[in-house]
Amino acid sequence: MPLLTTKGLSRSFGGLRAVDDVNFALMPGEIRAVIGPNGAGKTTFVSLVSGRIAPSSGMIVFDGTDITGQPAYIRVRQGIAYTFQITSVFANLSAYDNVALPVQRTLSDGRSKGAVRAGVMATLERTGLADRAHMPAGQLSYGHQRLLEVAMGLALKPRLLILDEPTQGLADSEIDNFITLVREIAKNATVLLIEHNMPVVMHLADRITVFNAGKILAEGTPEAIRENAAVQEAYLGTAP
Amino acid sequence: MSEASPAKAYALHLGVIALLFVLSLLLPEYYHGLLARIMVLAVFAMGYNMLFGYVGLLSLGHAMFFAAGLYGAGLAIIQFDWSVPLAFLGGIACGAVLAMVIGLLALRTTGVAFMIVTMMFAQVFYLLILYFATWTGGDQGMVVPQPARVLSLGATSLELTNPTVRYMTALGLFSIVLLVTLAIVRSRYGRVLVAIRENEERTKMLGYDTFSNKLAAVVISGTICAASGAAYALLFGYVGSSFASVQYSILPLLWVLLGGAATTLGPLIGTLFMYYVIDVTSGYTSAYLLIVGIALILLVLFFPKGILGSIRQRWLEWLP
Repeated sequence: MPLLTTKGLSRSFGGLRAVDDVNFALMPGEIRAVIGPNGAGKTTFVSLVSGRIAPSSGMIVFDGTDITGQPAYIRVRQGIAYTFQITSVFANLSAYDNVALPVQRTLSDGRSKGAVRAGVMATLERTGLADRAHMPAGQLSYGHQRLLEVAMGLALKPRLLILDEPTQGLADSEIDNFITLVREIAKNATVLLIEHNMPVVMHLADRITVFNAGKILAEGTPEAIRENAAVQEAYLGTAP
Repeated sequence: MSEASPAKAYALHLGVIALLFVLSLLLPEYYHGLLARIMVLAVFAMGYNMLFGYVGLLSLGHAMFFAAGLYGAGLAIIQFDWSVPLAFLGGIACGAVLAMVIGLLALRTTGVAFMIVTMMFAQVFYLLILYFATWTGGDQGMVVPQPARVLSLGATSLELTNPTVRYMTALGLFSIVLLVTLAIVRSRYGRVLVAIRENEERTKMLGYDTFSNKLAAVVISGTICAASGAAYALLFGYVGSSFASVQYSILPLLWVLLGGAATTLGPLIGTLFMYYVIDVTSGYTSAYLLIVGIALILLVLFFPKGILGSIRQRWLEWLP
């Protein structure tokens, strides 16, 4: 059974149908990449899934439950974590506090200070930020802020982690570490990845979904998508 | 903010409380009354700071919470002959209930709309006090009679009109509220409040119900302000409608800005500073408000984070 399904999901902004009747299914444990030209509706689509914006019509089912009407914070508690495309860490709070916020909410074992600390440090270790725990997040380098953003998503212990253009603005060396990190994450979670960097997509994705003009244009394995004529046309504008 | 240096922070706050205790032994009588008043009003400012400093919600209506405590306690004694402790608790309860109702309505808005809505509610509250003049004394206010301001503890009875008793009661309330706010801002809940101030949208996406958290903050803030108002009625014996006017919504904002928003000791420093500037300058000139205004402008220009906020930024990063 799929972890996430959408049926006839649509969202219009004025006359523009940003997401148009999308039927989508995601199997547990998958790394799914979502690609498409700018303005194809990728970010709107994942915003609908995470609950940041409400759909105009259609239905979203997560793990067998209809979550279409639920507010974002409830969806987060059910295991859908969203990391922002534009880095939106809490710039004035330390990296420690940034991660402590999701950690303290997911802790089930009561109120011990030690548990929060252990959870935060484990997450910071995993993303390689442990030695910067007490720096204000706004003073971290851009790459480290992206990592912190992922760390906050990770600390939510999500079943579905949505990464919106996570490698944007990262140096090549940072990207290699990032691919390793996402592989790690995918051992325990399903990953939905919006990404422009094609080598990253081809390295990571089990399957790829291509969006164009608010609709799903194609879906398949990386190899199949690479060969797909319609995809090439959407990206390169080749005349038929 | 995080887990750093809890011992230092608690030592500092206990030190401030001890200092205020020692001052009562050293200072002449005149200052006892003044400092007691400042401590009670600093509690008002601390309540305001809870919401403005830590959650970033600028209310222009907090006079209604202070007045709810003031009138709740005052009316309970004058009209219903309640005992001092019961009247105090009654005043606090009035503030808590009012804060809950106002919070549920006003938190549907943010930013400028929140300022206007809270201000409007406070004006309604003020006008209601004037309208029900037969009960509230209208713009004359009411005096809580001296014989009623006695706290009976078994065989001994403490007269709240006695300067020492009054000072110690004010200090007791101030200390409790100071330590409670310190505990709150250092707690996990305090971390969530600051996160809401910094970026509410992001906080939601970490799974927090920000509306409920903000509502709880409004209730805590309103309850603390009501405690200040109730104590004011009992300690100083005057319940007046001017305390519900817009001026008393703006004063706590000024005190907090002066002392440093989102610092636990800032409200005390700000209230103290403002009172002494007025006290000193009014001795020299009748245009003392002009000097107060200039002092405020200079502070905002050169210390936009307030006195303690600037100290924290430059020297003492561990200040809570």
